[in-house]
Amino acid sequence: MAKQYETVIGLEVHVELATKTKIFCGCSTEFGGAPNTHTCPVCTGMPGSLPVLNKQVLEYAMAVGLATNCSISRYSKFDRKNYFYPDNPQNYQISQLYLPICRDGYIEIETLSGSKKVRIHEIHMEEDAGKLIHDEWEDCTLVDYNRSGVPLIEIVSEPDMRTAEEVTAYLEKLRLIIQYLGASDCKLQEGSMRADVNLSVREIGAAEFGTRTEMKNLNSFKAITRAIEGERERQIELIEEGKTVTQETRRWDDNKEYSYSMRSKEDAQDYRYFPDPDLVPIMISEEWIEGIRQNQPELRTEKMKRYREEYDIPEYDIDIITGTKKMADLFEETTKICGLPKKVSNWLMVETLRLLKEKDMDADQITFSSRNLAKLIELTEKKVINSSVAKEVFELIFTEDIDPEQYIEEKGLKTVSDEGELRKVVQEIVEGNPQSVEDYRNGKEKAIGFLIGQTMKAMKGKANPEIITSMLKEML
Amino acid sequence: MSELINDEVIEYVGILAKLELSEEEKEQAKKDMNRMLDYIDKLNELDVTGVEPMSHVFPVTNVFREDIITNADSRDRILANAPAQKEGCFKVPRTVE
Repeated sequence: MAKQYETVIGLEVHVELATKTKIFCGCSTEFGGAPNTHTCPVCTGMPGSLPVLNKQVLEYAMAVGLATNCSISRYSKFDRKNYFYPDNPQNYQISQLYLPICRDGYIEIETLSGSKKVRIHEIHMEEDAGKLIHDEWEDCTLVDYNRSGVPLIEIVSEPDMRTAEEVTAYLEKLRLIIQYLGASDCKLQEGSMRADVNLSVREIGAAEFGTRTEMKNLNSFKAITRAIEGERERQIELIEEGKTVTQETRRWDDNKEYSYSMRSKEDAQDYRYFPDPDLVPIMISEEWIEGIRQNQPELRTEKMKRYREEYDIPEYDIDIITGTKKMADLFEETTKICGLPKKVSNWLMVETLRLLKEKDMDADQITFSSRNLAKLIELTEKKVINSSVAKEVFELIFTEDIDPEQYIEEKGLKTVSDEGELRKVVQEIVEGNPQSVEDYRNGKEKAIGFLIGQTMKAMKGKANPEIITSMLKEML
Repeated sequence: MSELINDEVIEYVGILAKLELSEEEKEQAKKDMNRMLDYIDKLNELDVTGVEPMSHVFPVTNVFREDIITNADSRDRILANAPAQKEGCFKVPRTVE
């Protein structure tokens, strides 16, 4: 019988924090500026420049630690990780090796096989590196240090996961917690959340872990799942052939669905860590930790509970809406303006989800405002527009965040409720469709639907269907 | 004198530090580094039971800055330090991927 293998997975997750400025200098962290316009002597490693820690970085790290059940180190400091690479102008990265800010936490994940605790080994603070752009014309590399010094936290899990499903559940839970805290937007595609996968395989029942590899360059949940499957198979194949797995860093190529050894960077894996003499230690008081704990924003579980109490919306809706911070914020803001939670929930659950799926987008990519959705709901409630017009207008709100009031005015989409005008049109329809009129009078109830449709068509969709129906019934 | 720093170690340290040393420089560095290790051994003679390891000599902790942007675009000044530049970037020899 073929041997049965178990996959053992641990994750190193890097998250870019949502601070306005970099971790050790007052440069902006804003994404997408022209190259090197957010730089200074500190983040370009000029001799003599001195780093000073951004307090918000520390507080975000503590908040994430508390939300993931970690203990916060009362005494913490920074170390230098030495390596030469042009993305790192100092020739060392400021990180935390010996006394990381958070330790020994866990988060609870849910999968089809039930709930499970994934332990967190530590969370530490560090700085991001610059971006390298390979210039094909001149065969050289261009360096943009705008990202150099952007604050990161690295969340290191214990090797507690066994399947790609568990990994996805862990990442989603982590992302949700961090987004709810407002500590990061955690976008995998844009790189504000990055996961390195440490993976080994062993025969089921074996006491020892196998040799692990580390995989980088995973920028979507799908890529992570494929990389786990691919690497598991590669390692099992090696073992079955009697070969050994080498402990190394590998780069996942999602197009080829295969990982490649990154030997070039492996030459000197000797980082010679030592305490950074430029940064003084951090002492954290019990009161400080307590203050952060008190100010923790509402997390998902609490939010779900509050929704159940405050809003009369189905449990299924609560689950979907609180599933992303973006949806939850949109729901709350819109409800606050229009006061109609059930209507807001309907627009989010039906039309918004439909458009997201159609356009292959994540909820995080929603750009329309709560103000315009609230206006649309109000216009529909006041019967200024009917529901089919509302759906059309919503598509434009979704794509361009138009002001529905203005749009309806400009395009003349207001529902015609003027009885005189309507009556005239209905009269014409009745006269022009004697067959349907006959059918209806002979008891074919359905025939009225056709007449309503014809009237709506003549009114270009702008009529109030209820008024048309009652007029038709009266005339017939 | 300590003999820990041999030819092999000097070679390795040179690689890590990206330094190319001449034979004389290697000999000199070997001597200097062995002397440093001797000094560290001297410290090992002290009884440090119960003494917490320290990373900083000054009794200063918690130096922070607020999360406020203080630096404006000073790209021209920053790039003035670049040995070579192109399109607003530092230009370096091609890195291997």
